Amino acid sequence: MSSRVRLWVFLVGAAGFAALFAAACFDLPAFGTVPHPYGARAMHAALSHHTANVIASVNFDLRAFDTLGEETILFSAVIGTVVLLRQARDEHRKDPEPATIHPPVRRFALLTLPLALLVGLYVIAHGQISPGGGFQGGVVTATALHLLYIAADYRALERVRPLTLYEIGEAAGEAAYVITGFAAVLAGSAFLTNVLPFGTLATLSSGGTAMVLNAAVGLEVTSGIVVLLARFLDQAVEIEEPGEDDGNPRHTGGSGGSGGSGGNGDDER
Amino acid sequence: MTDVLIVVALLLVAGAATAAVLNRDPVRQALVLSFLGLALALLFTFLQAPDVALSQLAVGSAVTPLMILLTVRKVRRRPGSDDGVDKPAGRER
Repeated sequence: MSSRVRLWVFLVGAAGFAALFAAACFDLPAFGTVPHPYGARAMHAALSHHTANVIASVNFDLRAFDTLGEETILFSAVIGTVVLLRQARDEHRKDPEPATIHPPVRRFALLTLPLALLVGLYVIAHGQISPGGGFQGGVVTATALHLLYIAADYRALERVRPLTLYEIGEAAGEAAYVITGFAAVLAGSAFLTNVLPFGTLATLSSGGTAMVLNAAVGLEVTSGIVVLLARFLDQAVEIEEPGEDDGNPRHTGGSGGSGGSGGNGDDER
Repeated sequence: MTDVLIVVALLLVAGAATAAVLNRDPVRQALVLSFLGLALALLFTFLQAPDVALSQLAVGSAVTPLMILLTVRKVRRRPGSDDGVDKPAGRER
């Protein structure tokens, strides 16, 4: 196909898309209007199941099956990454040497670490009450752990992060979701139906299975992200190419950290 | 009031996204991407979607830029590709 023909094909396609997209946009309800048929129904369903956070109710009750799919996507993505980033036969590990860390950075990281961990766990536990839930809390918890990399060094992070345990945790989180679903079948309902007692609205033990599923997702996401970042960190910090020995063992702590705004610019050469 | 906040957040998002596209250095791009994540988190908060904002904050402004940085580091360290500044190493998730 010559570039001229290609341009025409693109133009025709773009014009068609623009026309359809514009037509669809004109049929949308106005931005931020009050009447919302789906919202009203979701709200009603959430309140009848004593789930104060309507989003959690939609994710873990009304559309629990969707969420199972989403959780499985993350699960398989992490497994895929682990397989892709495993240590190849011609690569070898080199112990990274500790780098000096500026005291203010260390203090800040050590101060933030417990706080961030607590926030993450809080968000997981209160998913059915307040904004957040297993996914959000899981990511916060996982990134919070990596503040130790900023505060101390890679070895310290590896010590608090027994990877096997997190790999098991990831699988257990995924399994717990499916098992909760089948428990509903055993109780005489459909897969993933909310069969547990609903509890009192806006208390920690409310929402029935929404609470359990939140915890399962929290476990899966925390472990999954930790495993994922561990593989990336391994590649960047420890695993060396064959024949590469530039006598320049790139840092351990002090940079390349996580959390916060991910701001570390000292990787530039 | 809310409208003003939404407009400001939208402008921030547009600015950060444009900067991310215009930057050619992957490391800078990752940093700008992290600012884009923050701006998007603000926008979602103003649009009353705190759940989404929380995800965006954690994934968009911490985990994704970090993974890009680590990938760039690994790729650049390879002998003979030190000048790979313009390589589109992991621009998107």
